[in-house]
Amino acid sequence: MIDVPEADVPRPAQPALIRVTHWGNLVLLVLMAGSGLRILVAYPYLGPRGDDWAWYPLQGATPPAALTVGGWLAGARHVHFAFGWLFAANALVYLGYLLASGEWRRRLFSPRRDARNAWETLLHDLRLRRQAPSPVGLYNGMQRLAYTSALALAPLAVLSGLAIYEPVQLPRLAALLGGYDVARAIHLGVLAGLAAFAVVHVVQVLLHPRTLADMTVGRPERPEEAA
Amino acid sequence: MSATTRRRFLAGGLRGAGLVALGALACDGNRPQAGFLGLMERVNERFQGALFDPSRLAPELPEADETDPDDFPAYKISPDFPAAPAGWALAVKGLVARPLTLSLEDLRRMPRTATRVRHHCVEGWSAVAAWEGVRLSELARAAGVDPRARYVEFRSFDAGYWSSWDLASALHPQTILAYGMNGRPLGPEHGAPLRLYGAVKLGYKMVKYVTEVAFLPVRTGGYWEDRGYEWFAGV
Repeated sequence: MIDVPEADVPRPAQPALIRVTHWGNLVLLVLMAGSGLRILVAYPYLGPRGDDWAWYPLQGATPPAALTVGGWLAGARHVHFAFGWLFAANALVYLGYLLASGEWRRRLFSPRRDARNAWETLLHDLRLRRQAPSPVGLYNGMQRLAYTSALALAPLAVLSGLAIYEPVQLPRLAALLGGYDVARAIHLGVLAGLAAFAVVHVVQVLLHPRTLADMTVGRPERPEEAA
Repeated sequence: MSATTRRRFLAGGLRGAGLVALGALACDGNRPQAGFLGLMERVNERFQGALFDPSRLAPELPEADETDPDDFPAYKISPDFPAAPAGWALAVKGLVARPLTLSLEDLRRMPRTATRVRHHCVEGWSAVAAWEGVRLSELARAAGVDPRARYVEFRSFDAGYWSSWDLASALHPQTILAYGMNGRPLGPEHGAPLRLYGAVKLGYKMVKYVTEVAFLPVRTGGYWEDRGYEWFAGV
């Protein structure tokens, strides 16, 4: 066996713990979104009784059954409140690893490094710029912005969820989020944000299938990805 | 992809699918109180019980926040709003020193409490009304509740609708047996002559058309609880 100094061992592009929490998160997010939509079916309006908020364009629109999980309101509530803990735990493991390993440096958006690159990538994707800017390390700026935004939605999902789960016992949290009905709208808004992210994410993965192998079987980082 | 990579990819996918199938067995939405879902309901009961503070009051709201009475939903189990049986009276029984039978007049003579708080329904909507009646803690005091009582069961004349609460939530200062709503006598669509109202539970725990309050040493169930809805149902 050849003894290689530790610093020379290439890091995987996606370390094992990131791969595990990523796919765990996919399963949990599908369960949370599906059961959440089934709960929404029971009252598909925003705003308190007698005051349907005019700004919400989908008042009364029932989410399609094919997107729902749990079968009925009680089933969906049990799924939602059971897997919510696992969703939060998985997110905490991921965040803890990101901080402890230093992985956050090459993954999280930093305006100084990524803002210009993100803007140029966006222009390129919109066919407004011929040349794609080179990624800075593992990702380009737009990727970092998208991943960081999606990550920032996780605490908002958990906090707004807790606020509508226990609005009387968590009065400060509920008030901070604008009260029960506003917190419920925020909770649905988080789902809309995560759904938008997921659509773009899947399209991008289909356009760059190599990243799917990175996130499943894994591969060592290429020299140009070392940040 | 090389053959080895493909094999590893497939093996991983199969393992994942197996885990999902195992999980589905323990997470059947039609049996929400069994398996993993049932286990987690117990965890969530403890969580809600730990968060519950018997002295924390839900904010009392101004009259301007009241929901238009026409927009405050009225639910029942019977096909029509049930009418009180002739000679209706409330029975207070179970682990009490003095079992009571109280007419509406008796209840009106007891100390009166008014509360106007946000109502949270299991379906996700909220609404506000003012409720007037007698604190359950007042009733418990009058009947002399035995220290062995841990739960309270509420029965009704609405096709056997019923529920049961933990004692601490039942004795919360904003848990009342209401005979008035929005400054008027309680109407038949909201549970006349007497309904349970509380700030710390979901709506389905608040039994309308109440006939009986029983203080019990053991936990029982309820109409929706026995059909799969959460028993604790705190908010």
